[in-house]
Amino acid sequence: MTNGWIDIKNTDMMLIMGGNPAENHPCGFKWPIEAKRQRNAKMIVVDPRFTRTASTADLFLQIRAGTDIAFLGGMVRYALENNRIARDYLLNYTNAAFIVKQGFKLPEDGLFSGFDAATNTYNKATWNYEEGGSLTGKTDAAGDTKAPAVPVAAAGGPAPAPPAMPANTAYDFSLEHPRTVFQLLKRQYSRYTPEMVERITGIPKDQFLKAADLFTSIRKDGDMKKAGTIIYAVGWTQHSMGTQIIRTAAILQLLLGNVGRAGGGVNALRGHSNIQGATDMAGVFDILPGYLKMPNPTDTDLKTYLARVTPKSAKPGPWDSFNYWSNMPRFTVSYLKAVYGDAAKKENDFAFHYLPKIDHSYAWAEIWDNMSRGGVKGLLAFGMNGVAIGPNSQKNIDALKKAEWLVVCEIYPDETSEFWKSPGITPEQMKQIPTTVYRLPGAGFAEKDGTFVNSARWLQWKNAALPPPGQARLDQEILARIYLKVRELYKKEGGKFPDPVLSATWGYTNPQSPSLAEVAREINGRALADVTDDKLNQTIKAGQQLPGFAWLRDDGSTTSGNWLYCGSWTEAGAMMQRRGTEDPSGLGIYPNWGWSWPANRRVMYNRASCDLDGKPWDPDRKQVWWNEAAQRWAGNDVPDFKVDSAPKDHMGPFIMNAEGVGRLFVPLAALADGPFPEHYEPFESPVANPLHPNQSNNPMAKRFKGPEDKLGTPAEGYNIVCTTYRLTEHYHYWTKNNPMNVQLVPEPFVEIPAELADDLGLHGGEKIKLTSARGHYIAKAMVTRRIKSMMIDGKKTYQVGVPIHWGYRGIAEDEGKTALTPANLLSPAVTDPNAFTPEFKGFLVKVEKV
Amino acid sequence: MSTGALRIQRASGHAGPIPGEDTQRRMQVAKLIDTTTCIGCKACEVACLEWNDLTFRDTVFENSYQTMPETAWNYWNLIKFNEHQRDDGSMMFLMRKDQCMHCADPGCLAACPAENAIVQYQNGIVDFQQEYCIGCQYCVTGCPFNIPKFNSQTKKVFKCTLCSDRVGQGLEPACIKACPTGCLHFGTKDDMKELAETRAQQLREHSGYANAGVYDPAGVGGTGVIYVLHDITNPEAYGGLPSNPRVPWTVRIWKGPLKWLGNLAMIGGLIGVTMHYLRYGPKHVNGSGEEGGRP
Repeated sequence: MTNGWIDIKNTDMMLIMGGNPAENHPCGFKWPIEAKRQRNAKMIVVDPRFTRTASTADLFLQIRAGTDIAFLGGMVRYALENNRIARDYLLNYTNAAFIVKQGFKLPEDGLFSGFDAATNTYNKATWNYEEGGSLTGKTDAAGDTKAPAVPVAAAGGPAPAPPAMPANTAYDFSLEHPRTVFQLLKRQYSRYTPEMVERITGIPKDQFLKAADLFTSIRKDGDMKKAGTIIYAVGWTQHSMGTQIIRTAAILQLLLGNVGRAGGGVNALRGHSNIQGATDMAGVFDILPGYLKMPNPTDTDLKTYLARVTPKSAKPGPWDSFNYWSNMPRFTVSYLKAVYGDAAKKENDFAFHYLPKIDHSYAWAEIWDNMSRGGVKGLLAFGMNGVAIGPNSQKNIDALKKAEWLVVCEIYPDETSEFWKSPGITPEQMKQIPTTVYRLPGAGFAEKDGTFVNSARWLQWKNAALPPPGQARLDQEILARIYLKVRELYKKEGGKFPDPVLSATWGYTNPQSPSLAEVAREINGRALADVTDDKLNQTIKAGQQLPGFAWLRDDGSTTSGNWLYCGSWTEAGAMMQRRGTEDPSGLGIYPNWGWSWPANRRVMYNRASCDLDGKPWDPDRKQVWWNEAAQRWAGNDVPDFKVDSAPKDHMGPFIMNAEGVGRLFVPLAALADGPFPEHYEPFESPVANPLHPNQSNNPMAKRFKGPEDKLGTPAEGYNIVCTTYRLTEHYHYWTKNNPMNVQLVPEPFVEIPAELADDLGLHGGEKIKLTSARGHYIAKAMVTRRIKSMMIDGKKTYQVGVPIHWGYRGIAEDEGKTALTPANLLSPAVTDPNAFTPEFKGFLVKVEKV
Repeated sequence: MSTGALRIQRASGHAGPIPGEDTQRRMQVAKLIDTTTCIGCKACEVACLEWNDLTFRDTVFENSYQTMPETAWNYWNLIKFNEHQRDDGSMMFLMRKDQCMHCADPGCLAACPAENAIVQYQNGIVDFQQEYCIGCQYCVTGCPFNIPKFNSQTKKVFKCTLCSDRVGQGLEPACIKACPTGCLHFGTKDDMKELAETRAQQLREHSGYANAGVYDPAGVGGTGVIYVLHDITNPEAYGGLPSNPRVPWTVRIWKGPLKWLGNLAMIGGLIGVTMHYLRYGPKHVNGSGEEGGRP
């Protein structure tokens, strides 16, 4: 979340889409309710189903799964057409006035400039800004067409560094130049008319206009006081163009000047108790902790790597840019010092060569694909039910049959640890499976201490309620003992490259089971030598915990396991354990409760909550402001800005971007599939893309071509749109083992529209079978009027929904009450090219009565 | 945590009145359920089961998110899910937490013939005391809300106690404590009534629910559980909430005029017997024993 849970109470307008917070985040949902009660805030809910969230909405629209960009693109168009935009904000805090390179082409035929059909790749040279200062009043004249200097690789040398952004970006503050981001944006979404939105999403034009008018009404007549928020979850991410859906939301929020504001922002609701923490600590293959980029084979040494990953500031000449990622070397070296300790020395590039270099994608779906082809020999599954979470679960089951070993650390027997007795396997086949399965008794959440990082980026410490029962062990003990054993083997037997394992720091009081408090202190980081800040005239002594990431150095004198968490456990104590309930501003900031990254800041980019002079847009919601007397930024929240940068210096508020401004247009290779979001159909879709039928899907999305990765088409009879989701009453694949939860929702079911049930001659409670090109799913039908039929590009279309919580182990399963089919037998392994998230929502099935 | 002796004055992360504020034991207490902010999460169902130590039940999927068709002797708090289609075709998903309404004029108590089996405390809570229950189930007949439920094994009737054990200690009922959205409130009846009316007014003026109102039915003397409804003219849409609940006339007649008539008849009988004795003396038994045979 750019903002936080409690901050939602400050909003005037909510768009809840791609998420179902009332059901999946019921505790956090008190804040949307609070905004309605205390501020008469309006709530728009857009979802394929009329959910429990929709029950509290002022306006509900039923959308076809996977068409969110069309809807949001239509909203962008509506805001532009009706001048419901924050003009000053747009001009000064976004790249609206920046000029894009000549030759850049909008995807009116479904493809951006630079596409090579033969290799299915984009040359992104034109996805960039133009060099050249002010072009106000100029059109494409001679001085404006300078070709970019394309770096050329020396023969046999490493790949050339990708093109950089210009240091002196061309701009036109009148926004009239045809290649300003603003004009291109206008042109890009001019195609997303209400009629087009209706054809694609199935939302009738009048309803769409009602929603567009309501949401953008906060900027009626140029008023900047009000703020609107967008709230989403995996309903947006789980698509072959998921990242771009969220981008469209960001564009809309920048147009309306809602980012950085109390009650505004783009807010991702995280689906597990600590998924934010997992992401921060690099739960994904392409990052290191703190979102540092993973090195690749072209990064032959630390210098090359840092040159590649450290952005140089790029902006219009008269402006200033903080470009905070310019500190990348400090974060990286401090990280290397944390991991490799004394083995990381200046002379050896701080042991940079110990880090693995990724040569290709190791995304989730790739791991299973690789295993199914015999590449991955073993799997450690910790608190993670790989078979059930899919996609294409049967492929995962079959892949495990080819693995040599599988280790599952769990608190219940699950579908993964018992993949060898998944439905359909005969005793004879079972004997043929060579995989050795080890089950380790893990500890439940209430048996562990440590932190949860919530959606609002707050680190909050929790205590263990009771010790793990019987032979169950804490995660850190199991992991530590595996590590120590591996290290012992490397020590004894050597190996190809034992150094990284042998050199890793392991200075815990109890090496067999490190205390998480010690680990948390280590992640925060400390000074290894005296570190002095001349400006503050302050010194941190060697051995002391660092108070914040501004103290990190690139000379090896500091450590930090994750720069973003630097400040969470300082000499003053465990900030993450604080429980102060003071909220002087009344904005729900609670500065002394827990600790939020970065720097205990509750709303990110909060400089944008003020006008150009540094005065809050809304004097009633004062987050930060420029204190002229002190010549500093001050605030109720921690300013997300260079504290002494005066407004007249015109530093951009989006300090993590090299341009310093919010990106309506994303330059260069930051996104794989285009600088502007474009609507692409899901890979299984009932219609060809009405915008460009010849380029229906996202050309950059990853799909597998093996026989087990079939996609279905309407021509083959797969004509019902299917989406998957979770219920309030269950938590993933876990609570099906708890009688209390089972009592609340005892059995799997499929939600289907009453009209479709009539067509099938089906009554509620009778069994139905869904079949996709990959598998089938059988459960009782929940026949409901809360899902209606839709007209998609003139074609009557139905949607059905499948809750994901069941499989072949659990109370109902063991009692023989279910068909033992995990929901993800249905879903396809097609993934978004930026975040690698599979398309769990919006695929095609056939439906029949059993 | 508050105890019987200590009352919370302020609470963190909490907007609105403190749950249970000012609930003196002699004051009328009430639960306020704002159905317009209920999200059907069932946290109240679970809290009720856990606080009251109720055992698990086997349930069956019934084409609904609702846990079971109605409350049970060991399931006192049930959210009723109702799909409601408006005239313009748009949907409403109405969720109403169903439990004992703690009527000011409780039909169950009126119907109950067993001494002390049903009591009404001074704060308005209607409580069943199972040790005195004779299992006659007249209370079931007496309730216009279909709440008391009979356990055929123990031959006792059970229902929501409004957590009289917690309230007596200055705590809010378990369901209130568990509610994540603040849809449930607890306090004095006067405070809850005011809060409810304010919310209903907000719904009428700002949310387009022209018929929003407060359900506190006069037919049972008002209730210790009041609802804010989107549409007060159609409470039946919320899972069969009666629009004008009354104590059944059979109970009224039986426990009113009929009881008097019965009493009169009984007194008349006694008077008759006494008069008969005074006038004719004891009855003589003849034939069985001549001597000393009189009792």
